[in-house]
Amino acid sequence: MSINDFKLDRRLLMKSGLIGGAALATPMHFIKDAHAEDFCNMPKGKSVTLGFNVPQTGAYADEGADELRAFKLAVKHLNGEGDGGMINTFKPSSLKGNGILGKKVEFVTGDTQTKSDAARASAKRMIEKDGAIMISGGSSSGVAIAVQGLCQEAGVIFMAGLTHSNDTTGKDKRANGFRHFFNTHMSGAALGPVLEKEYGKDRKAYHLTADYTWGWSQEKSMRQATESRGWKTVAAVKTPVGAGDFSQYITPVLNSGADVLILNHYGKDMVNSLTQAVQFGLRDKQVNGKNFEIVVPLFSRLMAQGAGDAIKGIFGSTNWNWSLKDAASQAFVKSFGAEYGAPPSMAAHTCYVQTLLYANACEMGGTFSPTGVVKSLEGFKFDGLGNGPTEYRAEDHQCFKDVLVVQGNEKPTSKFDLLSVVEVTPRSKVEYDAKMLGGSLGPVNAKPC
Amino acid sequence: MNQGSLFKDLMLFLVFAGVVLAAPVLLAPLGANYPDLLQKFAIFGIFAIGFNILFGLTGYLSFGHAAFLGVGSYASVWVFKLLSMNVIPAVIFSVIVSGLFAFLIGFVSLRRSGIYFSILTLAFAQMSYNLAYSVLTPITNGETGLQIRQLAPSDRAADYVLNLRDEDLRILDQAFGVVEHGIPITNLFGIKMSGYPGFYFCAVLLILAFGLSILIARSNFGMMLKAIKSNQNRLSYTGINTRPYLIAAFVISGMFAGLSGSLLAVTDPLAGAERMQWTASGEVVLMTILGGAGTLVGPVLGATLIKFFENIFSAINDNVLQGVYSFLPDGLREAAVAVSGLFVGSGWHLTLGLLFMIIVIFLPGGLMQGFELITGRFKRKAKAETPSQQSKQPAE
Amino acid sequence: MDAIFLQILNGLDKGGAYALIALGLTLAFGTLGVVNFAHGALFMLGAFCTVGFNKILTLEKVALDPTKMTAWGTPLEVRTPYVETWFGDFGAFLVDYSVPVSLIVVIPLMLLVGIAMERGLIRHFYKRPHADQILVTFGLAIVLQELIKHYFGANPIPQSVPEIVSGSANIGSWFGLGDSLVYPWWRLVYFGFSAVVIFSVFAFLKFTTFGMVVRAGMFDREQVSMLGINIEKRFTIVFGLAAVVAGVAGAMYTPILPPDYHIGMEFLVLSFVVVVVGGMGSLGGAVTAGFLLGILQSFSSMNEIKSILPGIDQIIIYLVAVVVLLAMPRGLMGRKGVMED
Repeated sequence: MSINDFKLDRRLLMKSGLIGGAALATPMHFIKDAHAEDFCNMPKGKSVTLGFNVPQTGAYADEGADELRAFKLAVKHLNGEGDGGMINTFKPSSLKGNGILGKKVEFVTGDTQTKSDAARASAKRMIEKDGAIMISGGSSSGVAIAVQGLCQEAGVIFMAGLTHSNDTTGKDKRANGFRHFFNTHMSGAALGPVLEKEYGKDRKAYHLTADYTWGWSQEKSMRQATESRGWKTVAAVKTPVGAGDFSQYITPVLNSGADVLILNHYGKDMVNSLTQAVQFGLRDKQVNGKNFEIVVPLFSRLMAQGAGDAIKGIFGSTNWNWSLKDAASQAFVKSFGAEYGAPPSMAAHTCYVQTLLYANACEMGGTFSPTGVVKSLEGFKFDGLGNGPTEYRAEDHQCFKDVLVVQGNEKPTSKFDLLSVVEVTPRSKVEYDAKMLGGSLGPVNAKPC
Repeated sequence: MNQGSLFKDLMLFLVFAGVVLAAPVLLAPLGANYPDLLQKFAIFGIFAIGFNILFGLTGYLSFGHAAFLGVGSYASVWVFKLLSMNVIPAVIFSVIVSGLFAFLIGFVSLRRSGIYFSILTLAFAQMSYNLAYSVLTPITNGETGLQIRQLAPSDRAADYVLNLRDEDLRILDQAFGVVEHGIPITNLFGIKMSGYPGFYFCAVLLILAFGLSILIARSNFGMMLKAIKSNQNRLSYTGINTRPYLIAAFVISGMFAGLSGSLLAVTDPLAGAERMQWTASGEVVLMTILGGAGTLVGPVLGATLIKFFENIFSAINDNVLQGVYSFLPDGLREAAVAVSGLFVGSGWHLTLGLLFMIIVIFLPGGLMQGFELITGRFKRKAKAETPSQQSKQPAE
Repeated sequence: MDAIFLQILNGLDKGGAYALIALGLTLAFGTLGVVNFAHGALFMLGAFCTVGFNKILTLEKVALDPTKMTAWGTPLEVRTPYVETWFGDFGAFLVDYSVPVSLIVVIPLMLLVGIAMERGLIRHFYKRPHADQILVTFGLAIVLQELIKHYFGANPIPQSVPEIVSGSANIGSWFGLGDSLVYPWWRLVYFGFSAVVIFSVFAFLKFTTFGMVVRAGMFDREQVSMLGINIEKRFTIVFGLAAVVAGVAGAMYTPILPPDYHIGMEFLVLSFVVVVVGGMGSLGGAVTAGFLLGILQSFSSMNEIKSILPGIDQIIIYLVAVVVLLAMPRGLMGRKGVMED
């Protein structure tokens, strides 16, 4: 289970005994287990191991730390410790508070470094060495897609953490992977009506877009949502990821005739470009007789702290926010806040929910087998996890639920109180045909590893 | 004398081969005996050996070697997508492509020396990285990384209306009538290349690469490279044109990098742009210096150490620490966990940084010097030999 | 026309930052011959001195208000900054001006850091191979970074500019170019600041006896030592100076780029490129290269240019580096024999 576990098991002795030419010629000996195993990492003892793969170094380390807190809390609740959090509000729930299928939940952690290679290496360690049966976590789409592909190959379940790109459950969807978080299409669809209501139909938008797949996808969704409402797109400029200083991209906005700036940036890029755009006086400007506005399609409270006062009054969308007043959200905030002294971020929320949903799917099917888990999760309808009625769509393993449109608080009452929910866009408005994004799930991989 | 050194080299090679093949057992006490990490040890060992051929022998410090690794990875995945899931064509093609790429960059960069050379290689690698991440997405699939996909439906392949990023052809496999379910995995004539078989494939190549590096170091070509390191001007005055030798060393070293990039794709078929970033180039520099630049075994040791920290130390969390210190009384245990927690898990970078400093301060020749100090002291006690000879020999 | 004028301003502003970072590096790297991979970390430390200064100024008295509750059931905390309770308006003024005022702290602290670094570590590496210098300074950079991460977290921390310079300057009206030409005051301040620092460093090395000795020492260390001058001590101070320049560059940059623990690494590669393009051992070269790269980067980011050469803004710095180094063997103004082997 850990590096201080020195015992030589039978499997290892077999391997070592076979080293040499003969072993090379018949390598199947190495991967066949001495025991029969129905599927990869089938739990045999009294516990089951989950792998939590989060960024612990790099730009998203704080987000990763918050995800890890949520995972630990979820494990606690699953094992029947603590106040139970959202287990009490989750329905229909098969969770019993005695672990999963009677086995105590244990976990291993790893560092994705927000790099595909490191994330895959870390996930592989969990699968090959620690015997993890499910991998969760992550803070970017590149990592989510990379780890999802790996889990498909290895035959374990992947419950995606924070990943917002359409591709995760579109072009790159996999039968063994599930996403609770929303995507760029839903952000656009949810923001469209609000932007029309607040800023009118006659607007000229200028896009600054992070130059990689997520950025392009976000730009496309925002353009669809705004252009269909009569907005015009003056320009859409791609900016290098991690540009730091965005001044050379912001000054052309000043005299472009645009009256809205849409920042398709996330994380540090968002913090920097938003801070600097506000410094350039964009928000004090009058263009075409209207107030100049800035929109940030994907808002994360944790990252928004870095932009300070610049986020005040700015619209964006988010998967969940701790200020929600429903019973489930309040139960979660109470449980999380009591444990760690701060409210959970949306990344923490999605990771907590994913862990519960996985455990519940195992209980429903009465098995840890990926086939059973996938079957239970596909088309699963539930409520009481903070987003209202939600469904895991069978066609693409994407959760469909209401989407929150938020605005930066003008007068925050605490350093956590940065966003206020202005609109809950109903699920029907953000739903789309599963075929729209392409890709195919392929067969479930439930083979022994 | 010559006979003796030949024998020594042979022994070194055999011991190295034995240790590498027995790594799954030897590394078990450290918890590092699982296929993925063993593969990484071997792959980055090859990368560092190749880097050392350039840096260790000629003294030219390339700060853009990750570009060749990245190119090797992309080339391999493209072969998997277009030709066959068998790894042999992919490995060969990658080594050739990265060799060509290295020739182009080396030809230009080697017009300068010293820091100017380093910055030229860095600039080329950073351009490759930035373009691969954004503009070259049709070839590299950008941030997501180039992946193996399902076969394109045959009717569409015939119409030439396919998106090769998202749909594969595998012409050779198809010609041989291989049937695929879902997304296939890489193989060596039917042996799947993940897990332990993948490690042994990499291990054999690591041993071959190591043997090749001994041969190069001992050859006339190697002698010339060392001469360039000690005094390039003097060589120029004697009328020897050093550039062809340097370019050759650069290309060989680039091909080693391409091979390791290819093996990364073989054991795990996904190629991302971040493999080419300067941090990746810096990593191989650190590996080589940490182990001992110019030594034969040092770079492999350095690579192993860094990958070990990255994968094992980052995985230790408070729960694990609680287990480690379970023998301590409660209060003391909490304190021990809190202090150790700074250095593991999310703090693994801190440990790595401290390790770099400690090693370079106390062991100017890298890990190999530490190794020699220990063996040297041991032998001195046994034979009372002079230490000067000891420290000179194995360092080559 | 306006667009070009604004891009020149952007370029100058960026160039000022690049030049400042490169200037500190070239003092240690081009003149003392130390490949200092911890230079980015010094920039980061400077930025976090400012953050820390601001944190201390905004330390709050925490009182619990039992009548109100947080969402997780603990009493709500009511926070009032100490400075304001103690000093009233002057306290508020201090908080408002915390970034520029923090220089009072940044300069001595960074000088100490630089001297300690040179005495404790760098000094023992003057005669070691560059490879060893890289390893030890890189290790140090990681350690410094992780310490900052441990105390300040990984997220960027915003710093605000003083109220009086928070808006934009109407530059157009100064030159009679119309009202549409505006530029943030703080960026103009930063540009002016970098110009002053660069000028002071030059003047210091050019016109003081100390500077003359240092310059002579760079040229021929043995010769100067033989004259009975303690060149070692002076080199320590030069390194301290390099740390101060890096530190103030970082401190003043915080309102433009909210700093996080990793910010130094992001500037590290860039600063090496600037120094080498400028030419090893040349202060003037570093500054020129900084401004050149800043301006070219700004222009290459214009839509008009990107539509012809997509992605050019991603690689322009490196492309210019390649072209310059191939056309001019020692960069723009490099001295012969410095770090060429």
